[in-house]
Amino acid sequence: MEVRWSIFFIILGMALVTFIPRVLPIAILSRVELPDWAMRWLNYVPIAVMAALVGQELLMPNGKLEPLQSNMELIAALPAFIVAIVTRSLLGTVVVGIIAMMVLRMAG
Amino acid sequence: MNLTNNVLLREESSFLAGARDCLPTVLGYLSIGFAAGVVEKTAGLSIMEIGLLSLLLYAGSGQFIAAAMIGANSPTFAIIFTIFFVNLRHLLMSAALSPYFRHLTPFKNILIGSLLTDETFGVAMNVAAGKTFISEKWMHGLNVTAYLNWFAANIAGAYFGAWIADPEQFGLDFALPGMFIGLLVLQMASRKKIVRDIIVALSAVIIVVVVSQLTSGSVGVIVATVIASTIGMAVEKWK
Repeated sequence: MEVRWSIFFIILGMALVTFIPRVLPIAILSRVELPDWAMRWLNYVPIAVMAALVGQELLMPNGKLEPLQSNMELIAALPAFIVAIVTRSLLGTVVVGIIAMMVLRMAG
Repeated sequence: MNLTNNVLLREESSFLAGARDCLPTVLGYLSIGFAAGVVEKTAGLSIMEIGLLSLLLYAGSGQFIAAAMIGANSPTFAIIFTIFFVNLRHLLMSAALSPYFRHLTPFKNILIGSLLTDETFGVAMNVAAGKTFISEKWMHGLNVTAYLNWFAANIAGAYFGAWIADPEQFGLDFALPGMFIGLLVLQMASRKKIVRDIIVALSAVIIVVVVSQLTSGSVGVIVATVIASTIGMAVEKWK
């Protein structure tokens, strides 16, 4: 049950470079009055970042663009999207997506 | 304990309410954290090292990449530099959260920001819709629940990973995209600008695919977020 020094320093370095972008904006920007355009820009960040993450997960599940005819993620996403829109349930969306993926894998 | 009858949970700004609002993400975190633990163990990390990694780095995609690079004996500097880029998107999420935490001191905001993830950001922004601020206690409840769940999942993956054959067979790899889909849809449903939001979302998807092909996935997310948000701001100005 040991922690090697080399690994410890890698973890510490990674933690530091992750910590700084996480805390700097919330600590500093919450102190200043942002101009109107900046507030409106920030208002779109949640949509943009979530859509980018969804796009990456569904269209390039293995790091590169997956051909449409073999893209199971995209098919499993359909029931997940429908459940999300109809029920507004996060857990429901995740569970239905997982079941859809499992069924697709069993069928394929 | 009956959850719906608990007085503390009816208080919407309490720590427990934050913990409760984190529950829908628990399943997703568990399966991704478990997978991360398996990958980290396979990369040759000890249980103690895996525990430290999940508590100090606390980042899903970052930990997968770190495990792969440590396993491949990559140079320390290259690993740290890569992780910096992979996790740089937090900068934008932290900025987007900042208007809702004006009532707190910088030190308290550092505590809140240090546990920021894609998922807790998504949940917090859904709750923030129509509000001017987010409760500190609620945010800690959300953050700490996600944090402990992530740590437990990593350790469980490290311990039991060897005995579970192919978690993909059960569709568990879809927990992450499923969670992102839910967070995106809930986010859009809680705002009253559906047309503009759809324009922003579609732009982000197109940009992320193009830029990720040309550079890397983490650069793709950052570039897509910056450009698509700018498009949203521009469209809003025309109207």
